[in-house]
Amino acid sequence: MKRLLGLILVTVTAWSWGQNTLEVCSTCTFTSLKEAIAIAQPYDKILVKGGSFAEGNIVVDKPLTLEGIDNPILDGKGEVEILTITADNVTIRGFTLQNAGISHTADQAAIKTLEVEKCLIENNTLLDNFFAIYLGKTSHCQVLNNIVRAHATAEAFSGNAVHLWDCADILVKDNFLTGQRDGVYLEFVKDSLIENNISEKNLRYGLHFMYSNNNIFRNNQFLANGAGVAVMYSKNIEMTQNHFEENWGSAIYGLLLKEINDSVLYNNIFHDNSVGIYVDGANRTDISFNDFSHNGYALRILSSSMGVTIDHNNFYGNSFDVTTNANRSYNAFFENYWESYQGYDLDHNGFGDVPYRPVRLFALTVENYPQTMILMRSPLEQFMDYAERILPIFTPKAIEDDRPLMRRVVW
Amino acid sequence: MILSHNQASLQSTKKRRSTVKSALKVMKYGFFDLLRSRWIIIYTLFYLVVTSGLLYFGGDANQAVLSTLNLVLLVVPLISLVLGLSYFYYTRDFIELILTQPIGRSSVFLGHFAGLALPLVAAFLLGSGLPFLLAGVRQGADWRVIASLMVAGTLVSLIFSALAFWIGLVNEERVKALGLALAVWLGLTMIYDGLLLLFSILMQAYPIERSLIILSLFNPIDLSRILVLLQLDTAALMGYTGAVFQRFFGSYLGILISLGSLILWTALPIYFGLRSFKKKNF
Amino acid sequence: MVNLQQVSKSFGKLEVLKGLNATFEEGKITAVVGPNASGKTTLMKSILGLVLADDGQIQIDGETAFHNPLSRSKIGYMPQKAQFPDNLKPIELLNWVQDLRDEKSPRLHALIDYFQLTPHLDKPLRVLSGGTRQKVSAVLTFLFDPPVLILDEPSAGLDPVASSRLKDKILEEKRRGKVIILTSHVMSELEELADEVLFLLEGKIVFKGSLDEIRKRTGEPRLERAIAKFMEGRGL
Repeated sequence: MKRLLGLILVTVTAWSWGQNTLEVCSTCTFTSLKEAIAIAQPYDKILVKGGSFAEGNIVVDKPLTLEGIDNPILDGKGEVEILTITADNVTIRGFTLQNAGISHTADQAAIKTLEVEKCLIENNTLLDNFFAIYLGKTSHCQVLNNIVRAHATAEAFSGNAVHLWDCADILVKDNFLTGQRDGVYLEFVKDSLIENNISEKNLRYGLHFMYSNNNIFRNNQFLANGAGVAVMYSKNIEMTQNHFEENWGSAIYGLLLKEINDSVLYNNIFHDNSVGIYVDGANRTDISFNDFSHNGYALRILSSSMGVTIDHNNFYGNSFDVTTNANRSYNAFFENYWESYQGYDLDHNGFGDVPYRPVRLFALTVENYPQTMILMRSPLEQFMDYAERILPIFTPKAIEDDRPLMRRVVW
Repeated sequence: MILSHNQASLQSTKKRRSTVKSALKVMKYGFFDLLRSRWIIIYTLFYLVVTSGLLYFGGDANQAVLSTLNLVLLVVPLISLVLGLSYFYYTRDFIELILTQPIGRSSVFLGHFAGLALPLVAAFLLGSGLPFLLAGVRQGADWRVIASLMVAGTLVSLIFSALAFWIGLVNEERVKALGLALAVWLGLTMIYDGLLLLFSILMQAYPIERSLIILSLFNPIDLSRILVLLQLDTAALMGYTGAVFQRFFGSYLGILISLGSLILWTALPIYFGLRSFKKKNF
Repeated sequence: MVNLQQVSKSFGKLEVLKGLNATFEEGKITAVVGPNASGKTTLMKSILGLVLADDGQIQIDGETAFHNPLSRSKIGYMPQKAQFPDNLKPIELLNWVQDLRDEKSPRLHALIDYFQLTPHLDKPLRVLSGGTRQKVSAVLTFLFDPPVLILDEPSAGLDPVASSRLKDKILEEKRRGKVIILTSHVMSELEELADEVLFLLEGKIVFKGSLDEIRKRTGEPRLERAIAKFMEGRGL
């Protein structure tokens, strides 16, 4: 009776003010989130005050704000998708969502939006879900300040932390993403901004995108992910101020660029990766003012690339600065700082007077005969370097920096 | 007189103990004589200065490890050979003097070798270990990397000073011995690897990783290098071109085999040296 | 007693000792003489075990000298030119040898005094003169009072005072019943010291007998000429 009265009251107030707050908790008017959503009017706010809810799949099919207070838990019990948003203008805030079920037929997520415009997903904690946040055919949505944590051990049993498919105008910002398959995944996404996220120790890629044009990736940290970062088949990409670090192992890259056109990479830091950037087919792309340090290979650029400009980057402490399989280069290297450059600057204009050829003979040898890698750091390798210095005729000419900088670039 | 079994074994134990005791006494003299000589002090200072310099100016401890590794691979064998040979010839008459005393040849050889090798090892450990201990750890160097470097340097010092003794023993002519020592040095540091390189290029169509691993076991310089590299992230680069290297050397079995080979490499020249020493006419 | 039976030694194709038989007795000084490369040094070093004979037996008081370090505790050896580690001091060297043999010698200080080494005991051996080093070597030779003494050009490099002291010492040891084997190029020294001469030529003993005998056989009253005659092969 009391409950019915409450319902009437809510309905009446909704009528009178247009936006009502429905409270859900064990002692509230509503004890079920599903029930509250069913009753709620568009643009109402549902306040969930603590507690744990395992209500199977919850569909949000009207514009609502779902807000958690005192860390309410929505549990998928390892079986279902937890929140499915099918309405525009939905806000999900302050929940802990856990255990969205693994499925091999559907991409079950903790929070999924489908064909939605405008949404806000913020301040949530997502634990051990199959997919964590999944936006499909969605636009003008913001994913802010969420923590995604999982303990995936096999790619087949793990989805992505933030998964965007066929989206536009999305903002993914200030999230911490770890332990999923990919940290951030984009496919057919445009005009979006991925900013200030930390993506680390994910099973596959820290960031992974394909067919996604006109996007900006700024100030993110991609650390120690299983295979680094891979970006493919996209154009007009802006990658600035990102950190790519500690991605070590065979076939692991700080950043893999495959078929990337008309893009820019500025002010990124590539540190401690087995390969800093692996460029397999990039066109008209600027790689400038980046820092490459202590990588195995700082930059590996294949013959499939054309019109890439590499300038004002710092190369130091790398085992190999640049390698290529090309005999001729259609890319421009100029005004970079190379730690291993041993030229001089007699006219004190800041540029070395003799060109620098960063592809070493040993690097070329390893490129052509991979087994010779067993000679890495051997006196023979040093001898080859030394021989090059005395007789530059040995140095591969494919890549040359005409104006090597004498000092590190500071930005 | 017939000795009972117990008495006989007691005597042989006694004899062995006296062999060790005499060896230690022979070593003691070499140790202190060498410690007081200019060369060993210069050698220690050299490491001290170079390693501290690398740590101070290199900034990064791992970078310093790699540079010190180059020292271990190139300079340590060379110095051990040259210093070993000069020490051998310089003390040759004195060895005669010891041999006129009632001391067995095994004791004289082992003690004399230890008297050279231990100061060499001590110089290396002190000269390059101390800076790492003081500065490297603070700069975040991995203790395993430093330990592997110290082990490699120690074994390389032992191997090449033993080789020097052996070369000195079988060659009366100093110039010839020095030439041979330099040839050994060049052979193991450069030429062997050059042949490996040639082999890889010629056999590029075949899966030769396994053969390369086996071939590298026959060269202490390659072994030491790989042992240290495996403790570094850089090892992943080897895996980058084919996981076989990393899988072998990265496994405990691989580390055990390469360490075992290095120890065998130390034992063999000492054994051969001892054999020639026992047969030698002074 | 030092006893050689059929002792042979070759260095490669070169036969240096060809089946030597000899006995060196107590209380006698035997001078081994012969032209250069006649095998003198090889003979002495064989007795010391420094050179390992290919064939035959060398016994010292009935014990073999072959790979037997203990036999060397019975021999005092003074090489032609003593080589010592540069950085040691004489006193350290002497103490070290005592330590090496696990044997303290009561004669140490008497010998040091006798050879007048006291002022040099604390200087590194490398700064000492050849003569002084030879004195250190002499102390070492007599230190453990061995029954056999092998002296290779013992007085070379010594000043007259030290030289005569050394000769006195050798004669004293002879009187005490030592087996003494020596070589010398100084004929007056041989005449002064040697009881008998062992003459080696091309690895063979061509003569062993007293000084008088050698003079008689060659008809030369002077030892030097007598020996020279032998060397030219005319005394046989």
